[in-house]
Amino acid sequence: MKFWISSLSLLAFFFVLTLLGVNEYFFFAGFVVLQFIVLATAWNILGGYAGYVNFGVPAFLAVGAYSAVVLFKAISAPIVVQILGGGVMAGLLGLGVGLLTLKLRGIFFSIATVAVVFILETCVNNWRYVGGATGLQLTRPEGLWLFSTYTRFLFFMMSLLALIAVATARYVQTSYLGRGLRAVRDSEEAAECSGVPTLKLKLIACTVSGALMGVAGAPMPMYLSFVEPTSIFNLSYAISALGMPIIGGTSHWVGPLIGAIVLATVQQVVTVTISSELNVLVLGVLLIVFVIAAPDGIIGLFKKWKRFSK
Amino acid sequence: MISLDLLFEAVIFGVLLGSFYAAVSLGLSVAFGLLDVPYVAHPALLVLGAYCIYLLGTLGLDPIVSGILLMPVFFILGILIYRIYYETFEKRGSDTDVRGLAFFFGLAFIIEVCLILVFGVDQRTVRASYIGSSLEIGEYRLPYRMLVAFAIAITLTVALTQYFSKTFTGRAIKAVGQDQEALRLMGADPVKIKQLAFGIATAINALAGAMLVIVGPVDPSMDRIYIGRTFCVVVLAGLGSMSGTLVAGLVLGITESVVLMTLGASWAPAVSFGLLLVMLGVRPQGLFGR
Amino acid sequence: METLLKITELTKNFGGFTALSGVNLEVGAGERLGLIGPNGSGKTTLINCISGAFNQSQGSIELKGREITGLKAYQRTRLGISRSFQIPRPFSSMTVLENLLVPIAFVGGSDGPKEVEEAMAILQQMGLHLKAHLQSNKLSQVELRKMELARAMAAKPKLLISDEAMAGLAGAEVDEILQILFDLNATGITVIMIEHIMQAVMKFSQRVVCLDTGKIICQGTPSEIVKDPHVQRAYLGD
Repeated sequence: MKFWISSLSLLAFFFVLTLLGVNEYFFFAGFVVLQFIVLATAWNILGGYAGYVNFGVPAFLAVGAYSAVVLFKAISAPIVVQILGGGVMAGLLGLGVGLLTLKLRGIFFSIATVAVVFILETCVNNWRYVGGATGLQLTRPEGLWLFSTYTRFLFFMMSLLALIAVATARYVQTSYLGRGLRAVRDSEEAAECSGVPTLKLKLIACTVSGALMGVAGAPMPMYLSFVEPTSIFNLSYAISALGMPIIGGTSHWVGPLIGAIVLATVQQVVTVTISSELNVLVLGVLLIVFVIAAPDGIIGLFKKWKRFSK
Repeated sequence: MISLDLLFEAVIFGVLLGSFYAAVSLGLSVAFGLLDVPYVAHPALLVLGAYCIYLLGTLGLDPIVSGILLMPVFFILGILIYRIYYETFEKRGSDTDVRGLAFFFGLAFIIEVCLILVFGVDQRTVRASYIGSSLEIGEYRLPYRMLVAFAIAITLTVALTQYFSKTFTGRAIKAVGQDQEALRLMGADPVKIKQLAFGIATAINALAGAMLVIVGPVDPSMDRIYIGRTFCVVVLAGLGSMSGTLVAGLVLGITESVVLMTLGASWAPAVSFGLLLVMLGVRPQGLFGR
Repeated sequence: METLLKITELTKNFGGFTALSGVNLEVGAGERLGLIGPNGSGKTTLINCISGAFNQSQGSIELKGREITGLKAYQRTRLGISRSFQIPRPFSSMTVLENLLVPIAFVGGSDGPKEVEEAMAILQQMGLHLKAHLQSNKLSQVELRKMELARAMAAKPKLLISDEAMAGLAGAEVDEILQILFDLNATGITVIMIEHIMQAVMKFSQRVVCLDTGKIICQGTPSEIVKDPHVQRAYLGD
């Protein structure tokens, strides 16, 4: 109950913000942070809970974005339909990759996700309808309803999606699904012999994770008024979606949230003070440092600190 | 209809390309195929090697010579990486897959980013007497650079196969993936053996990097396509099969070459990944796997 | 005795290597069966075929008259086949109690307060109840073995396969495990015990089956087996 009260209040707060005269840049940047929250949370459902590392996040993001583009071009679909479409298609992609590789060892799943990025990027580059390699311009609506600019609307939409993502992760974690996935992660053989339908659970996690990433990608074309492969199939999305949960903590739904906020802040600081190329490097270095030295992430460090100070 | 002549030339080129792919995948065959280390950073180290060769090339050194000189350095680098991996992950049991993979992906990413920061995203090449001209046999033109890579590849493969079957340490490496207990009983330390193997796998990358930059220009993001190519070869061959690596490489090389000729350069990169996915779905133990 | 498990002409090939060849075995409900054989004789392969970790190449397995070939391992667990692992595989990120709640939740169907009580009762039986909230990777070897058995028990099995639960343990610890297995059998659970510790096997089993190179070479009471020349040859060589 506490969770719902605080998160709905936060959502209401964001809504009110969009009505005020806050600087437009805030919503622009806020959209990006919220998108990373969705991506990191989605990644963690499969990576943190089940132990399967998805390195093809850009592919799922792209499926979301390009499904949205297709729906927009073909039937002038409203944004909600675009988002649903993106989620469904990306979920199907997750299911497909899962069916192909989740019976094998974890590394093959990871490699398959890299493969999907390449294959999809090649396909998109050759697909004239969505603009191919050069990309596509899109005209987006002016304002919508109470929102004075479309950016504010998208910001609010993304905060709603972030809530949905986090609520989903929380549900998975605390339900029988979470217990089963943790068992799979700790010892798949023992889990199977304890009555856990390991393949089924892994496929569910993979599909849900993929769908949420697609949902994060679907608003992007409208956000940028433009869609093109190179920026969407960017490797930094993969490292961010991987790094944020690992740095925040993979065992709990709060971890990706913390990781996203911390990393987004760090990245802003580095970009402004040093340079924007270096900020990507900082992300990679932090990832490795945490993987080696603080495997339970910030959550783990916090727990240790609490125990120490007792 | 594609002319038979062109097809034949594509196949020949594919054979040369394929043996190059095989040689480039040998290190991964050892590290992942034999030792079960999720070494996704292997292609990144390959590209790093290529850039080091490029640097030495600007000082006037021939790429093959640089490659050989670089091997001891990369050997030590490999041992270092394995030690970090072992101390942090392999010793500790469960949950290692995620962290090990994250570690290697992170490492690959850092290498790529550092290369971009130092060298920029443009392609780099080296110059050598055998790069640029071709051998002409009848109507076919075989680029010398491909022939040189082919020669190195064959030599490397043969040397490695001999090493693994004829020497004590070589056979110990082959055995350590399957039965650590037996090794321990024989008095060999499995950890030291794995360390050695990993060092060798990374050292090969130095020479393979030379081949990479001989065969064509290099850019920092090449490690991604080579994840596809090297893992395709290793999976196609079957984990643990050294000789299978050559056959698998040829299959990939010829397929890619034919696709390049028929569908063009924009589809060729997808071949290795596509082939990989098909293998994983249809026959994950590969052609010769254990 | 009613037949619980019936194995007919079971064969398992790995590529060119035949691990099991034409194995025929019936296990009665409530029986205590010992399974012995030298290393590589196929004991673990047989167990893996029964539990569903492997699919056999030929032959059939019936549980209470129902064919279970083709069922996945977790389905067989839900039908009543439980096993412990030779090398313990705890869910190391979970506490001892949480380890047991996994089979309770997935075989039994729920994990509320009543189920927690059930789990604590099992832990009490095993002498582990004081460590219920300890993270399972902090247990000692013998405690891990007990937890393996406790976890197998939590799945409410009809058949429990104990795969070398005593391997590497010392005298008193072996007796502890042995007593646990006796107590479990007393509640009606059929137990198949794989062990190399001959004294334990002979003390425990009503019937002993000996495997060698994938075939059953002998079965009978413990005293019969000990005298059988095939068994002696398999273990000691010619």
